[in-house]
Amino acid sequence: MKKILLSHGDGGSQTHQLISEVFQAAFGDAELEQEHDAAVLPFQSGDLVVSTDSFVINPVEFPGGDIGKLAVTGTINDLAVSGARPAYMSVGFILEEGLEMKLLKKIVQSFAATAKEAGIRIVTGDTKVVERGKCDQLYINTTGIGYREQGVQLAYHHIQPGDRVIINGGIGEHAAAVLGERMGIPFTAPITSDCQLLHAVIKKITEEFKTVRFMRDPTRGGIATTLKEIALKTTLNIVLEEERIPVKPEVRGTLELMGLDAAYMANEGKVLLIAGPQEAEALVQFLQDIPGHEMAAAIGEVTEGSGQLLLKTEFGGTRVLDMLSGEPLPRIC
Amino acid sequence: MNLLAYRNGPLFKRLFRKAAPLLKEQHERVGRKLNFMEVCGTHTVAFSKTGVRDLLAPYVNLISGPGCPVCVTDQSDIDQMIAYAKCEDVIVTTFGDMMKVPGTKSNLYQERANGADIRIVHAPSQALEIAKDNPGKRVVFLGVGFETTAPSIALTLKKAKDQEVDNYYVYAAHKLTPPAVESLLQDSDHKIDGFVLPGHVSVIIGRDGWRGLEKYNVPAVISGFEPIDLLTSVVLLLKEMEKPMRVIQNNYQRNVREFGNERAKHLLGEVFKVHSPSWRGFGKLPESGLTIHSDYEKFDARKNILAVKPKSRVVKGCRCGEIVKGKEGPFDCKLFATACTPDNPLGPCMVSSEGTCSTYYQYERQKHSLSK
Repeated sequence: MKKILLSHGDGGSQTHQLISEVFQAAFGDAELEQEHDAAVLPFQSGDLVVSTDSFVINPVEFPGGDIGKLAVTGTINDLAVSGARPAYMSVGFILEEGLEMKLLKKIVQSFAATAKEAGIRIVTGDTKVVERGKCDQLYINTTGIGYREQGVQLAYHHIQPGDRVIINGGIGEHAAAVLGERMGIPFTAPITSDCQLLHAVIKKITEEFKTVRFMRDPTRGGIATTLKEIALKTTLNIVLEEERIPVKPEVRGTLELMGLDAAYMANEGKVLLIAGPQEAEALVQFLQDIPGHEMAAAIGEVTEGSGQLLLKTEFGGTRVLDMLSGEPLPRIC
Repeated sequence: MNLLAYRNGPLFKRLFRKAAPLLKEQHERVGRKLNFMEVCGTHTVAFSKTGVRDLLAPYVNLISGPGCPVCVTDQSDIDQMIAYAKCEDVIVTTFGDMMKVPGTKSNLYQERANGADIRIVHAPSQALEIAKDNPGKRVVFLGVGFETTAPSIALTLKKAKDQEVDNYYVYAAHKLTPPAVESLLQDSDHKIDGFVLPGHVSVIIGRDGWRGLEKYNVPAVISGFEPIDLLTSVVLLLKEMEKPMRVIQNNYQRNVREFGNERAKHLLGEVFKVHSPSWRGFGKLPESGLTIHSDYEKFDARKNILAVKPKSRVVKGCRCGEIVKGKEGPFDCKLFATACTPDNPLGPCMVSSEGTCSTYYQYERQKHSLSK
């Protein structure tokens, strides 16, 4: 089995071979093939939007995706929720000595396929190899550049009391799939990560709905952390209704088994939308008609307040949701 | 089994309306709020998370008991576990809860950052696999937990013996729940009117495992963890209060049998023996823990691995010892939510997701500050 060696990162012939046979072969961008020290790109119109993210997931392959797909969707979705159309992307790979070449190729191909689907160009890249044990298989960093048309207004200060909080599907699926895979839980119903590109859906939403005030993708920390941040920034309250929050039963079950709360668990294909009440119902319907977004729902409302995130439980109680504090660790019992 | 039936909102609301007069009546009869202790940390979380605690609050004080395994583990045990991590050729394997528990000098996270080989496992069987994969190392599993986790650890010891694994060790710090509950009742000035007994523990020990409580004639009911379980268990406690002679009620019959899980109990009897360990807050409790049986002593970390721990002491002002006994609550502790937070826990009750302080920090703190 062919493996990554330290010499693949020393800048010599094996580095060149790795770049041409693995990376350029998969990414195939004219700018990349120039092999310059930097990419030179034409400027398009609008505001420049930039986002960067690093991906260090274990396991690198999970039901519904892998670190390659994740590294593209993560950055594209960050651009998309900021109202930008993705244009260019950089990628940096940190590889562990001993990584199987076959696995690397698979992940690079998955990365390339996702980028192609998103219509984003990979214009510059970097590879380093570190000694065995100095990283866990491979890490990826991506930076995305997009353009936002002038006139797109998405900002905290547009959010008003009465606005509705909408999500495009079930929560906690990415965390449950990854944790389940990591722990080797045999599922009766398989759980798949929600890892998916959102730029196309978001583009349609911004074209058709004019009262969308703000969007965020609730990744690490889950919907609770993201919405608490929004509440704090706006000093308005957000009141969620527990029974309206979509969670697949198998996801809820898996997370509860580990003593974890779906509201705090990572998503990789979800967007929280804050929209005016007049369009909320139509927006939910619009989302539900798109495959992969059938569980979309209006889950709460923005009210006057002081930056609190509140959850009305199904049993008549109300509780305060705070930001996630500390790493969520499965319990002993 | 359809768990959702036990969290059916409309049904819950109907049951609550029906229970309200009974709650009021008992409250008036006694002339004060009723003090019910939920022994299990999972119950503490469930009462807060579902909002059932709030609904009962006009009539009932729910007091958390000694039901979080990390929290009741004595400081000297914590220090001993951290000491193993500092041994050169040792890999420490543990459930995640233990990582941040403060020892006298450091915690497992800090030791890992210092270079110790510490691995979080989700099942004890993973620890045994790590031992098989690392024949040159001694692999210690930190056996913290109640009757619930002990059987799966016993199984790894049995397998290790059968498969002749000679580098796997368990540091057994398992606790038995009924002796701790009994010791609370032996305190002459206790104010507990009834117990919500842990469902998971009872799955193993059965209703029969709680018989020792009956001589105290205190209402006690074994409960599940869903909102309807919680509410109906409290109603059963109210009804028991009216009877002159109380027996242990089983309100978790879908999982708890009269004599529990016989196979698991047999396994525990084979691999472990009952001893009298120290608990945080309680001190030494007779016949309240499990240690490794002499037939399995080659796997006993205490007997085979020398690791010198520092002299143990707890952080000044930490009230965890009183909180696990239900004598005090998190809001009685000056460190709570000031110096001691989930990001910087000073005592174990703030570490585990099911520790009383951690639960109150997450769910009750803001309400408490609003009500002041």
